[in-house]
Amino acid sequence: MEYTILDVETNESFNCREDEPLLSAMKRTHKGPIQYGCGGGGCGVCKIHVLNGDFICFKKMSRAHISSEEYADHIVLSCCIKPTSNLIIKKFSQD
Amino acid sequence: MAITKTIRPGLIQIRVLDLDETLDFYKNIIGLDEVGRTSDGRVMLKTYDEFDHHSVVLRKADEAGLDYVAFKMVSEEALEQAKLDTEKFGYPVEVASDEQPGFGKRYSFKLCTGHTIQLYHEVELASDYPMLRNPDPWKEEPRGIRAQRFDHLLCYGPNIAEAERYFMEVLGMFAPEVCNTDDGKRFATWLTGGNKAHDIAFVEYEQPGKMHHFAFYLQDWNDIGHAADLIGKYRVKRDVGPTRHAITRGQTIYFWEPSGNRIETYAGGYAAYPDNPQRVWDVSEVGRGLFYYEGELIPSFLSVVS
Ligand code: FES
Ligand SMILES: [Fe+2]
Repeated sequence: MEYTILDVETNESFNCREDEPLLSAMKRTHKGPIQYGCGGGGCGVCKIHVLNGDFICFKKMSRAHISSEEYADHIVLSCCIKPTSNLIIKKFSQD
Repeated sequence: MAITKTIRPGLIQIRVLDLDETLDFYKNIIGLDEVGRTSDGRVMLKTYDEFDHHSVVLRKADEAGLDYVAFKMVSEEALEQAKLDTEKFGYPVEVASDEQPGFGKRYSFKLCTGHTIQLYHEVELASDYPMLRNPDPWKEEPRGIRAQRFDHLLCYGPNIAEAERYFMEVLGMFAPEVCNTDDGKRFATWLTGGNKAHDIAFVEYEQPGKMHHFAFYLQDWNDIGHAADLIGKYRVKRDVGPTRHAITRGQTIYFWEPSGNRIETYAGGYAAYPDNPQRVWDVSEVGRGLFYYEGELIPSFLSVVS
């Protein structure tokens, strides 16, 4: 199964397999808000906002970077999630 | 050179997000041995070449990063004196209350940079330590990247000039190498209590209490190459290297363990002597100082911390 991920800021889309971390799909396709450090949920550099769609969080995300309020708002670390539907995303920004 | 006050950073406690996955990495990729568990489930580890009870502790938590690092003092008297001098310096000191099997009394305080530092003297020998009589280099072939010891750490936080003064005045350490901004403020400092090029280093950073990396010592450049092979083979998330630092002259690789804490494998480095003049870097040249072969700064190095 493959899902379509749309980055609203660049208006580009790319595919992500259901068993593929979102960050890996961005690295594979060179699309989306690619920014990363540790790849392990610890550094917070890959933080994004999922505006629409469903996903699973397959790896624990550091509380230092994703508060429970943010998680409820679907602000997540792209190295820790896999899509379970098409997604609309954008790079995380403070406002 | 005789070490008169502070022997080395001998204990580090790290927060990890996924205990099982991260522990497997420390055992099989780094090559540490599991010593045991505390009653609250933290895992104690050591390298094959260390003598003391344990040196690395993993604690499962919601965030990655550093809980604390503890320095071993040369004697009980040096420990008590350091406690008094730490209070005189202005940091309130407590006796650490968390369990660390094998360790005697530990004093704990918070440095201006937001990091918790501990001091101790007494620690039992490990049940399994390197041979003493007609010793082989190792008892059993070392595993993984063959880490020999917990070597040093790099902390990010505010007011490192004060932290440097603390380590020099209270713990009797010195800074073989520093880096200053154009207006003459400390941007980074490398500090040691013995002959190693550094035991702890600091970079000036707005957010308190951050850990940039902690490092394991490897035998030599050949072992750095071997570590790079394992990083490739097991798809470890690499940051920088293999390369060389001009600062401290060490040979190095940086990578992340599965919880996002950055680890360095470090070999070589010069012998530091307190009577040698201090080496000074301009911040404009620090990229070359850190990554001598690349000749420039790798952006993730300054911005990614846990
Ligand atoms: S890359 Fe570090 S948390 Fe995702
Ligand atoms: Fe280092």
